[in-house]
Amino acid sequence: MTDTVEMVQPKVTTKNDKKEKYPVKKMLIICSKGKLEDVYAALVMANGALMEGIEAKMFFTFFGLEALTKKYADTLHTGTTGNPAMMHGVPDMIKGLPGFESLASFMMRKEMDKLEIPHVTEFFQMIEAGGGEIYACRLAADMFHLKKEDFVPEVKDIITVGDMYALAEGQGTQIIFI
Amino acid sequence: METTLSAPILATNEEGYLKNYKEWTEEWALATAAAHNIELTPKHWEVLHWLRAKQAEGVALSLRKAGNSGIVDIKQLYALFPGGPLKISSKIAGIPKPASCI
Repeated sequence: MTDTVEMVQPKVTTKNDKKEKYPVKKMLIICSKGKLEDVYAALVMANGALMEGIEAKMFFTFFGLEALTKKYADTLHTGTTGNPAMMHGVPDMIKGLPGFESLASFMMRKEMDKLEIPHVTEFFQMIEAGGGEIYACRLAADMFHLKKEDFVPEVKDIITVGDMYALAEGQGTQIIFI
Repeated sequence: METTLSAPILATNEEGYLKNYKEWTEEWALATAAAHNIELTPKHWEVLHWLRAKQAEGVALSLRKAGNSGIVDIKQLYALFPGGPLKISSKIAGIPKPASCI
């Protein structure tokens, strides 16, 4: 018999113990839309997570794939019709005139430049630099006949929905669908 | 740690950011960096002094601007200040928490 006495440390309660915090550890952001504002919402949230020390993964599907294409990434459009908050009071008939959407999108991108908001391709580079990962949806890529070489180089892979869920593994993950 | 002992105690807000960035000293920066498990290298100091210079100029800082500083790119900034490239670097530099989303 050995005479070891187990020391029981009295539990010191601090202010933080009373209310346990479960910080977000990882964000999986799914972007299914190709409109300027939707894509930017996804990019800002992913980049913002990384800046806070939160892991970030992005999964682009359906029209969201347009944001990944070398061809359109930096010239995404905003939708001018069916959106009452877009030029409040102007009828859709006017907002739907040819060229209106291009003009509105151009103006919006110009305003964003003024605020030094990075272009989409630069945002992808920033996200990759921060350790974020960008993926494209296999099914949607097949549907739109898009291949890896059509996408910006930051796209890590074209993956299935099952692979996407694997990205979300671990406690403290939040999934956002846009 | 020695640096912690000799570090001056300065007024900070709840999150640990200096209330007055002019009070900042290098000893305080060393101690604050140590609290974040960061050992300051010459590259760290370059970033810190750049951040302080921009603060003095009244420039609103963003990760993108820091990445275009010519000192580090964004990837290096993440490596120097893990878990908060702009947030933690600003804290160690003694400047207010940047109110930037980018």
